[in-house]
Order: sequence, then structure tokens, then C-alpha cells
Amino acid sequence: MAAKGLITDIKRYAIHDGPGIRTTVFFKGCPLSCPWCHNPECISSEKDLMYFEYKCISCGICIKECPEDALEKEGPGVKINYSLCTSCERCAEVCPTGALEIKGQWYSVGEVMKELEKDLLFYDSSEGGVTFSGGEPLYQPDFLLALLKECRRGRIHTVLDTSGCADREIMEQVMDYVDLFYYDLKLTDRSEQKKFLGSEIENSFRNLELLNRAGRGSDTVIRIAVIPGISDTGQNLEGLMEVLSSLQGLKEIHLLPYHDVREKFRRLGRKFSLNGLSSPEKKELEFLQEKIAAGGFRVKI
Amino acid sequence: MVETPKLSWEMEMQKRRDVIRPINERIARLRQESVQSEVKISRERAMLITEYYKKEADPGWSTPVWRARAFKYLMERVSLPVEEGQLIVGLRGTGAREVPTYPEICTHSPEDLEVLNSRENMPYRVDKTTRDYYEQEVIPFWEGKTVREEIFSSLPDAWLQAYETGVWTEFMEQRAPGHSAGGERVFKKGLLEIKEEIGKKISQFYPGDAEYEELMAMDIAADAILAYARRYSEKLEKMAGEEKDPGRKRELEIMAGNCRRVPAEAPTTFWEALQHYWFVHVGIVYETNPWDSFTPGRLDQHLLPFYRRENEENQQEKERARELLQAFWIKFNNQPAVPKVGVTAEESFTYNDFSKINLGGVAKDGSDGVNELSSLILEVFDGIRTLQPNLAVLVSNKNPERFFLEALDVVGPGFGEPPFFNADGAIVKMLRQGKNLEDARASGVSGCVETGAFGREAYILTGYFNLPKILEITLHNGMDPVTGKNIGIETGEPTSFQSFGELWEAFKKQVAHFLEIKMRGNEIIEEIYARRFPVPFMSLWIDDCVEKARDYNSGGARYNSQYIQVVGLGTLAFSLNAIQHHVYGNQTLKMGVLLKALDEDFSGDGEILRQVLLNKTPRYGEDEEKADRLAKEIVDEIVNLVESYPSSKVRGAARRVYFLPTTVHVYFGRVTGATPDGRKAHRPVSEGVSPVQGSDRKGISAVFKSVSKCDWEKTGGALLNQKLTPDLLEGEENKKKLVKLIKTFFNLGGHHVQFNIVSRELLQKAREKPQDFQDLMVRVAGYSDYFVNLPQDLQEEIILRTEHTEI
Repeated sequence: MAAKGLITDIKRYAIHDGPGIRTTVFFKGCPLSCPWCHNPECISSEKDLMYFEYKCISCGICIKECPEDALEKEGPGVKINYSLCTSCERCAEVCPTGALEIKGQWYSVGEVMKELEKDLLFYDSSEGGVTFSGGEPLYQPDFLLALLKECRRGRIHTVLDTSGCADREIMEQVMDYVDLFYYDLKLTDRSEQKKFLGSEIENSFRNLELLNRAGRGSDTVIRIAVIPGISDTGQNLEGLMEVLSSLQGLKEIHLLPYHDVREKFRRLGRKFSLNGLSSPEKKELEFLQEKIAAGGFRVKI
Repeated sequence: MVETPKLSWEMEMQKRRDVIRPINERIARLRQESVQSEVKISRERAMLITEYYKKEADPGWSTPVWRARAFKYLMERVSLPVEEGQLIVGLRGTGAREVPTYPEICTHSPEDLEVLNSRENMPYRVDKTTRDYYEQEVIPFWEGKTVREEIFSSLPDAWLQAYETGVWTEFMEQRAPGHSAGGERVFKKGLLEIKEEIGKKISQFYPGDAEYEELMAMDIAADAILAYARRYSEKLEKMAGEEKDPGRKRELEIMAGNCRRVPAEAPTTFWEALQHYWFVHVGIVYETNPWDSFTPGRLDQHLLPFYRRENEENQQEKERARELLQAFWIKFNNQPAVPKVGVTAEESFTYNDFSKINLGGVAKDGSDGVNELSSLILEVFDGIRTLQPNLAVLVSNKNPERFFLEALDVVGPGFGEPPFFNADGAIVKMLRQGKNLEDARASGVSGCVETGAFGREAYILTGYFNLPKILEITLHNGMDPVTGKNIGIETGEPTSFQSFGELWEAFKKQVAHFLEIKMRGNEIIEEIYARRFPVPFMSLWIDDCVEKARDYNSGGARYNSQYIQVVGLGTLAFSLNAIQHHVYGNQTLKMGVLLKALDEDFSGDGEILRQVLLNKTPRYGEDEEKADRLAKEIVDEIVNLVESYPSSKVRGAARRVYFLPTTVHVYFGRVTGATPDGRKAHRPVSEGVSPVQGSDRKGISAVFKSVSKCDWEKTGGALLNQKLTPDLLEGEENKKKLVKLIKTFFNLGGHHVQFNIVSRELLQKAREKPQDFQDLMVRVAGYSDYFVNLPQDLQEEIILRTEHTEI
């Protein structure tokens, strides 16, 4: 059992991540790095330094304290030289306002469970539970499995929010302990996959097939991020429909509209490649909804 | 992590406007007049009461009889306005939104009148004739004779100093006691029957006995309102005779008939029941200016028999009931609060007079109290959305959850109404205080969040109590640093404290010191009202004043209690946590350095310390065991200290605690220097029992958990504000989750929660262009108000409150 897991955040009263009132645990680290990622602070498997310039009061303490000289004054705030930064956390420790924040903390299973159990009464009354999200929870399989087992023991309903990008053995190990899958389907075309996602995505489709064969289709919600011009093309839609129609008793499908995440990428010092891309129009979402629903599926926006 | 598109502020505002849909053209017009007409001061009552007291300077009557005759003098002479098209008559004042004054309690000075007339926010127009009359007649006559003057001249210096420093406010210095709500008696008894009760009782006493005089006064007060109703019936008959429109003519005839029957007889129809109550209401608020005016209390319970008799299977009658209820609603809105002055205006700056109508909860026999009228009244409110009266939804585990979903539909568009209350918890509170089970079930909330046994209890609020100020005084060894006066006791220089425990002990001693002074003041004020200001008319309606032959202000009610309203729990808990954590726990901060930074209001490098305190302190509101434990200890300690006092001398009132602020957290903040939670000097302190504005960052379930750790069942109620973005209430699924959240909070012991469903963006727009947002209503404390009417610092405070958004 993994002693500790790297967790970006634990959010309570998360009401959009599954049935009832839930707590969502954001795992840090993901084999993919989709350019539209809504939680880019969860991509890296290491701690990240994030900078919220609007909180900075230009006190300069972080510059003085940084052992690597990775910080320098720039305008009213600071500039981070990420190539020098070792994520030693010193700057975030001393920053009085929280403008510099370390994303990612090591938690033991017990520590996570303690947070989850705080809202037990709310799960009970609303038939809610816990959602493991990220990042990719399967990327820290031992820690995830340990948590899933603890939840099962504590009769806490679990949702695994995943892209399924992991080895088959991992999926086989965890699947019996998951009550409901929130399964991301991304791009079906190989060249598009290669361009945006990398080779790991192969596993996504294989593991979905695995769940399907194990009769877990009815415990699966397919989630499709609507990225204008990328995931909503006719070609991709066709590919997705083909995958969907191969699944047995699918629970439902959720369409997740893209939101501008430039700001988050910038605060992490990451390059953002989809500049100028805007959220899909309501009309377009409804069009997609209708189109997919025509295949006999329940589709929610 | 899913995000759905947010509503734009334009859509948000439009949604608010779209929801208002009065039932018909008549109600729409009445509503429009009520919402838009200017609020004016009406001099009629001041003239009549001054005239009476001049004429009857020393009549040789007992005080109750003297007061009852004053009331009768008024009710035989006041104007009888009938708003065009109204279905219910009786109005305090000479017309809609024309507000009378009560010079015998508190005489407005020429300067008060000038300020009221000319101020930008919430003006009361005062015409020249009124001002002249005040200067020539009212002020010279009442000078030296008002209740207010007697109160201030009777209180000891220590009390006055604490008052002037802002350690507390005093409810009774310009407004009379009256925290009670109408119970069954108001809807089941006519005055002729009550007069009979009086007649039987009075034969046990002799003239000159206090009981005899009080009963005599009650009888006169009953005649006073009978005269008022008779005058109305005559006027309405005459109007009917002159009316050309046959429909309206018929209505006027019915209304005249209603006024002939009620309040003399007990009401028999739905319409009569509303008219009957309204006469009682107008009488109570004409007799004196009681806190929170008056309220019908559990309206869905009281009206149900009338409604069922007439409306079962009769769609037409149901429409009429809806129309009558909307007309009834407008009556309340036509009676804005009497203008307050000085500190009281600071603590309660609003036209809202706090009448609160309760829905749901548990019926007298312990069954589910939600009925068809509960839903109908919600619907009526939804369509009319006036500032007054306020609503309260009582949440019991016995109620169907769909009713709360209906209530959330009403909350959705964002007016802040209705708030939710823990009905099962209220019963526990009442039982703990020694009420019998039926009376406990008939309880509800009035004013902001005040629990009381409706119809049977006088639960008098005596003033707000500024906890952060007492911490400030503790940190200065008994001195108030703002005024430089030594108003506390010497509890030691904090720099000499070796542990947090020593500071905590010092703080408790200061609280006990100030409570002692406050309690002495309460005795003095209670005696003044009992001696000088009996309220025989109000006493007719509260059990068991007639039975005990004792006035409401002398302890005539079945249950008597006296409350102190504690303010600033969040600021205090956060501040103590900050000291415990940084000074004694981590030892990264020297007490001397902290004190210096506070005295300098965190200027210069102090800003860095301020940020550390703000951002690096475990705090109340985030479901952290250690931080929340302090809040719980504070609540326990205050309740224990207050309840350790014996019952009051005059009324025999038990001493109790509420945690609620109205708008006083802004005033209390203004008089208090910087605090260890990183709050700058003179900024508002936290409101209600909510965590410090902006500090509750773990989401709403964490706030609920933190708040519910305090033992509210030992208090009379605690106010919690939560600001949600509108999207959190979009869709049935989200509403259902919120209902579960609220119910779980109440099962854990929470008392109340209310939601501001408004985006920060919309509030900011309204600040930029107030003229375009005159109708933007928001939740303030236990009531809602128009955002643009609020003082600037209160507007800022509301914007600052943490916005819980979807995850």
C-alpha cells in the first residue's frame, strides 16, 4: 500500500461531480497533458508553484528567502524562473498573503479519510459520497486502491473520474471497488490523438472496453469535453458514436463545455497553446446533445 | 471539476424583475403605490397625544388607565385612510407610508427632523408645518418628560460610558418593549368575549388595586379599538353609498360588514380573519412603538380553518384568498418603521419594521405543520416581493421536503427571502426554558431570528453586546484605546501573560464586568416601562395578561424572558485563534509586537503581519476542530454568564442570549480598533454567527459543520448568512442537494440560515449606478433591504462576504 499520495485539493460540497453531496479529491499527476486541461495544476506529478499576482503586496520576502534565487522583482509583483525553482516551498511558506502557493500536498490514507468523513452526514442524507478526480487518479494506483478500499469499508459511495489511461492490470485491480465511473472520452482519430494527447490514450479505449465486458456499462457515465474545433468535429463525433454504441446499458453522457483556462496555465508558468479559443455556444451544445441522443442515449449538458 | 456558464448580472437582475407578478391589476397598482411612494412623517399622532396629555395633565387616574384613555383618545380621532381599491382597512398613520411619531417615548429634535428629511439614504420627508408644530408644541411640551430622557438620566455612569464607547446598544431607549407574536388568541377571540373575561376577573378586586386598574385599562383599550372599527364601518358604508362601480360597491359593503363584526366578535370568514388581525396589529403599533411592530406569527396555522371552510373545491374563492393575502401583504409594507435616531439608527437602519410571518414547522398537536396555505402564502409572497412583511420557513423533520423546494424556488431569484429556521431545534430551546410542550410547538421566530413562544411570551431584547470591543479592552488591560477611558477592569498587561489560558481568563473577567453593568441597567429600564408605560391594548392579546390581571410590561405574559444579543463571534473567535496560534502556539509573534501593530492599525510593515494573521491562522468556519472549539467555548461561556443572573425583579424575566446583529456589526466595527484577526480599525466586525467575511474558504458544508458545533439550543437563536452565486440554485438537482444540506445542518443543531443569491458583479454594478438598481433587494441580517438604501460601509461588507460558488 502506498503510504502517501500527492493531492492537489480536497473540495467539499462538490455538487457537480456525481450524485448527491460529494467531496472531491483531486489527485496530482496525469499521463496526458491535454492542452485544454481544466485543472492544469493537477498535470505534473510533482508539486507546482502557483502565483496569484492579485494577492501580492510586493513585500519582497519571497525574493530574499528563495535559496535558488529563482524569484526576482517584476513590476508590482514577482517573476518566477521555473528552471531554477526546485519547489522547495520556502517562498510559499513565507508569503504572507498566499500569493505564492504550492499545489500538491502529501497525504496519508488516514489523512484523506479524515477529511472525507467530515461530511458523512451530508453524504448520508443526500445519497452522495466521494469523487476521486484529478489529474488522473489511476496514475497513483496504490494510493487510489487503498482509498477505495477504505471507502468501501466505510460504506462511502465512490465515483472515479478518469480518462482510463492506465495499464489494464491497474483498472482490473480498482474496478470492483468503484461504484460509479465518470469516464472521459476524448479524441478517436489516431493522428488527432497523437497531435493533442500522446500514445497513452490508447489505454483509455481498451479499459473502457474492459469495463463494458465486465458488465459495468450501467455504472458508467461518459463525459465528453466539448472543445470547439477539436473534439466536436464531425469526424470525432462519428468516432465517438461508434465507441458509445459498442457499450452495454450506458448510464448517461455528459457534455462539458470548454472554458478559457489561460489564466491557470499562466499562474503555473505553463505554456498555453489554445489562445483565442472560446467556449462553445449554447446552441452548439444543444445540437450535439440532440445528435448524440439520437443514438438512444441520455445526454446532459 | 465541472463548470457551467454563469448568469450574467444583466440576466440576474432581469430574473429578479420578472418574478414580480401581482395577482391582478388592482394589486399591481396598490403594490406600485406602496413601493414607490415617498416615506413621510405624519404629525397627527404627535398632535393628538400632546393635546391629550396637555388636557389631562394630572387626572388622578392610575397610570394604566391614563395610558388606556390616551389610546382611546387617539383611536377615536385618528384619520381613517382607505387606500384606493384596498380590501383591508386600518392604517397606522394618515396614509400609506405616512409614519406617526411617539414623542412620549422619544421626541425627535429639529435636527433629527432635518436629517431625516434631507438625507440621501432612506429619507423620511418632513413638511414645514410638521417641523413648525414640533418646534412650537411637541418639543417644548415633552422636554424632560420622555421615557428616553428618564432612562438616560437614571442609568449609572459606568453604563453610560460603556454605551458611549460602543460596548453595547440599548433597544429600549427610543422604542418600547414588544417582542412577541400573535398566537391563537388573536385569531380566536373577539373583544366582546375578552371584555367578558375582564368583567369576571375585575370583580375579584377593588378600585385602586393594581389588578383592578390594569383590568380597567384593558377594558378601555378594548373600547378604543371597537370605536376605531365602528368609525371605519361607518366610513365604508358611506363610501359604498357613493360608489358607482357595482363590484367595488359590493366590496365596500362587505368591508363595512367586516368592520361591524370584527374585532368585536371572533372572525368567521377568511376575509374577516385578516381584517380582525389587522385591527389588532394597528392597535398595538398605535398604542406604542414596540420593537418589531407585531406579527401574526404562524399565519398558515391560524388561517387554515377559515381557508378550509371556504375554499375547498372552490377555485373562485381560492383566487379571492390569494388576492386578500396580497392586499394584506401590502398593508404591512405601507407601515415603515418609525424613524430611529442616534445609535439605534446605526444598529437598525432600515424602513423594515421586522414583522415576520412564519410558515411550516410543527402544528400544536405535534403533526406536520405544512398545509395548503403554507404553499399559497409562499406563492403570494413570490409574486409580490415587498420589503415587508418578512417570511420565515420553519423546517421540521416532519415536513415534506417538497415544501422546502418550493421555498428555494422563492429564494432563487435572489431577494434573500425566505430564511430557514430549525423548528425541531426551536422546540428543544423552548422546552429547555421550561415552556410546556404545546406552547413550545406553537413557537416561531420573530424580528430577525428570535425564537419565542408565540402569543404567550414577552421575550424582550435589551441591546447588542460587542464582543470584539471587549477583547480590545482586555488587550489594553481595561482601557478602551479608542477613547482612552478606563472603562474595563484591570486584568493584567497581556505582555505578561504566560499562556493563552491567562488571556482567556482575563477576557472572561472583562465580559463578566460589563455584563454586571448591563444587567443593572436592564433592571432600571424594565422598571421604568412597567411604571410609566403599561400597554393595556397589547396586554389583551398576549396570554395570560388578562388572566393574571397584569400588564405585558409588568410580567403579565405566561413566559417572560430578557435577552442580550451578542455580536462579533466570528471576529472574536478568529482573533483568539490568531493569538493562540501565533503568539502561544508557534511562538512566531511576540504579544508586544502584535499590540503595537494593532494600535498602529497595521500601518507600515504591520501590513505584512496583518496578512500573516489573515491567511495563516486556523479559523472558525472551516470545520477545523481546534479553531471551532474556541467558538463553542465562547458561546458556552457567554450563555453561562448571562443565565447565572437571577430573574429580573419586575417581570420575573429569565436572562437569555441571542446571537444576531441586524446592522449593528457595522457600527460596532466603526467604534472598535484593529483586531488580531487582521481586521483593520473601524471596519465592520463579523455578522451573526457567520465566520469573518471572506474567511470561510472550505465551502458551505464546512461552515455548517463549524457553526453547528456551538450549542445553539442553549440560546434563543443564532443568525447565519451565506452568500451563494445564482448558479448554485439552478435546476432541481441542485435545489434538492441544498435542501439536504439545510436539513442536515439543522439536525446537527443549527438554528437558522439565509441565503443571499446574488453575484458580486451585480452588487458592484449597483454601487456604480445606484439609480438603475433601486429595486435590488438583498439579505442584510434577519431581514432584506434595498441594496442602494444601505449605508456605504454596509454595502461594502455585503460585497465582502464569501461567495460560495459551485465547485
